[in-house]
Amino acid sequence: MRGHLGNRIAQIIPTLLLVSVLVFCLQQLMPGDPALVMAGEERGDPQVLAQIRAELWLDRSLPVQYAHWLGNVVQGNLGYSWRIRQPVAQLIAQKLPVTLQLSGMAFVIAVLIGVPAGVIAAVQRNRFWDYVANAVGLAGLSTPTFWLGIMLILLVSVDLGWLPPSGYVSLTEDWRASLATTIMPAFVLGNAIAAILMRHTRSAMLTALDQDFVRTARAKGLREWVVIVRHALRNALIPVVTLGALELGTLLSGAVLTEQVFSIPGFGKLIVDAVFNRDYPVVQGVVLVTAALYVLLNLLADVLYVVINPRLRV
Amino acid sequence: MRRLLAAAMLSAVIASVAGTGLAQAQTLRIALREDADLLDPTLARTYVGRIVFAGLCDKLFDIDEKLNIVPQLATGYEWADPKTLVIHLRPDVLFQDGEKLDAAAVKYSLERHLTLPGSFRRGEISAMDHVDVVDPETVRVVLKTPSGAFLSQLTDRAGMIVSPKAATQEGKDFGLHPVCAGPFRFVERVPQDHIALERFSQYWNSKDIHFDKVTYQVIVDSSSRLANLRAGAVNLVEYILPTDAAAVKADPKLRLVVSDALGYVGVTNNLANGKRADNPYGKDARVRQAFSLAIDRAALVQVVFNGMYAPAMQAVSASSPFYDADLKVPERDVAKAKALLAAAGVKTPVPLELMAPNNPDTMQAAEVIQSMAAEAGFDVHIHATEFAASLSLSEQGDYEAYLIGWSGRVDIDGNIYAFLHSHQANNVTGYANPTVDNLLDEARGMTDMAKRKALYAEMWNQEVQDLPLLYLWTGRNIVGMSAKLTGFRPVPDGMIRVQGLELGK
Repeated sequence: MRGHLGNRIAQIIPTLLLVSVLVFCLQQLMPGDPALVMAGEERGDPQVLAQIRAELWLDRSLPVQYAHWLGNVVQGNLGYSWRIRQPVAQLIAQKLPVTLQLSGMAFVIAVLIGVPAGVIAAVQRNRFWDYVANAVGLAGLSTPTFWLGIMLILLVSVDLGWLPPSGYVSLTEDWRASLATTIMPAFVLGNAIAAILMRHTRSAMLTALDQDFVRTARAKGLREWVVIVRHALRNALIPVVTLGALELGTLLSGAVLTEQVFSIPGFGKLIVDAVFNRDYPVVQGVVLVTAALYVLLNLLADVLYVVINPRLRV
Repeated sequence: MRRLLAAAMLSAVIASVAGTGLAQAQTLRIALREDADLLDPTLARTYVGRIVFAGLCDKLFDIDEKLNIVPQLATGYEWADPKTLVIHLRPDVLFQDGEKLDAAAVKYSLERHLTLPGSFRRGEISAMDHVDVVDPETVRVVLKTPSGAFLSQLTDRAGMIVSPKAATQEGKDFGLHPVCAGPFRFVERVPQDHIALERFSQYWNSKDIHFDKVTYQVIVDSSSRLANLRAGAVNLVEYILPTDAAAVKADPKLRLVVSDALGYVGVTNNLANGKRADNPYGKDARVRQAFSLAIDRAALVQVVFNGMYAPAMQAVSASSPFYDADLKVPERDVAKAKALLAAAGVKTPVPLELMAPNNPDTMQAAEVIQSMAAEAGFDVHIHATEFAASLSLSEQGDYEAYLIGWSGRVDIDGNIYAFLHSHQANNVTGYANPTVDNLLDEARGMTDMAKRKALYAEMWNQEVQDLPLLYLWTGRNIVGMSAKLTGFRPVPDGMIRVQGLELGK
């Protein structure tokens, strides 16, 4: 197991390097001249365009641009945003905690809803509560997040006036205001993932409940909830943890629509705006950090397997 | 008991979270449709950035509701001769860092616009040769050639005066901590979230300022902007979608203010920019005239924008002093369009690719144009393209027709010269007509309004024959605000002037 983990850690650097090359090359394929976008309505002035190209190294060859960027990254410098001149690292440091908080809350909501619902659905297989859980799960999966977001804003903020309709306050600034601004978007995000978790938990639980060790546990006279939670669920959680790690990774960069609707200044919004504005250093920085987080989360999932299932500790 | 305690704790948390107030003490909250770029008047280029500057940086001159040029940091001006503009400055004006605003500071700012590497103002004031300090309250701006549009440039970013001390210290990073002579000073900025300003107590016109703070909140989603306004989380939304206007009107707690804007939207045609111009549409003006006659502009704006925008045949709206009242929007005439196509001897349907940025409004407009043109004998294929990509394609001449707009300038010169005059970088049509060039040049070099209007009228007569640019509609500023907010002035440039704004009970 230790060897397996060692291998996974050794793969991180080449993976990130490959990601950086891919991002660098792929963004060159994006149509549209960054200098034209940067110049805005002043694009009619050739002097302005030439100056922008020179300043941003756009007049150099691609390998030179890449080497320049990578050299800076190795020294911990991700460059600065072409659009607003702030360091990319600073932008990421500002946005990452926002998205981590939002994703974390969404994930907790998803687990709190999805896993119990999956367990109940499996235990109550083909009975009333199974149908209810499936129907709710299907609704969660098929409801577009932007629609649910707008509906919640209209109901909770506009009509009832309970929560602010959008914006973000950081946890350190005012934890209550922070929760107030993030609970709705976290619910919207968590809702879709809860449905996925529910369906996977249900199927994993059904498989587990059919296993011999569950029958043995029951035969020993253990109480039913002990059989379900301590024996069946613990085994069923392995695939759920894998899925959870993948979903959490997706949450980091995939919360764009929710961030847009609730005006949360997070990671997703950062990268989407950067792509539309051809703000390449921001795109590269964000993708690199997201890839690093993704890799780390999967590594964490590998470690969690071992914690959950002692049979893997060999 | 334990459950009871848990329930009580949960309720307390929910109550405390829910109770987090929406109330703000003396803060004006303005929702912006997108994030601003750099907050340096010399290096800035976005429209929303100008809205933030309206709270941060005063200008030498401003414009009023009728587009008249009125003094702001200046008290007045006179033309000593067609190339010499003398500007008298307001005494006792301080920058937000406590430094005095005088003629030397004005000279510094104008020269900075002209010389700072990467300046976006250079083109706007390129007519300027040099600036002389006459005395601490007077500057003399000497132009290379007479310019009718020069003064109007000083009503926008080119006329914003920055603190020389702060600008020298910060260099290119000045935009991260801007210091001007406006009513509010910069406090903080969280990119993509908000920009916060606080009242500058020594502002020269502080009697007109009724807020302690202004926060510019970035809310990209239009439905979310409206919901924020309805929930009272923002006091003013600088841009309400035409399709959302009815909802604002219907809400008694809100107010909708609509005014003519400076910009336009039209079809830019490829006449001679590369190989894509080699087709009947690019080469024969009659085909373009037929296309123009096939479009019912009034129906177009009614269908796509609920009739909120104004059908147009020229680059300025009816409220501009440069508006040519004799240039009527043509009625749709399918029979005449077909006759023109027949006269041009083209085989119908005439294939035409219409490039359009892929935002919902523009795409819908493109589809309406497509169906209207089909009846007259055009086979329009819509090429939906992301905005930045469409700009590049138009520059390269890789398009036939391009549905695109311009945010507009105070003086008509800023709306037409760079697009219709030959060999201008914004002229992606390849249009080159010596008559039009001469008229545009002559009008640009004059300050006499009546004479300029006459020259432009002559220019339009030629333009509507050649149709390098086929104007469709001029925009409107659709601003939504709390009904309690008073003192709002609808100025065509769409800027939110904070002077006079007040929140009633």
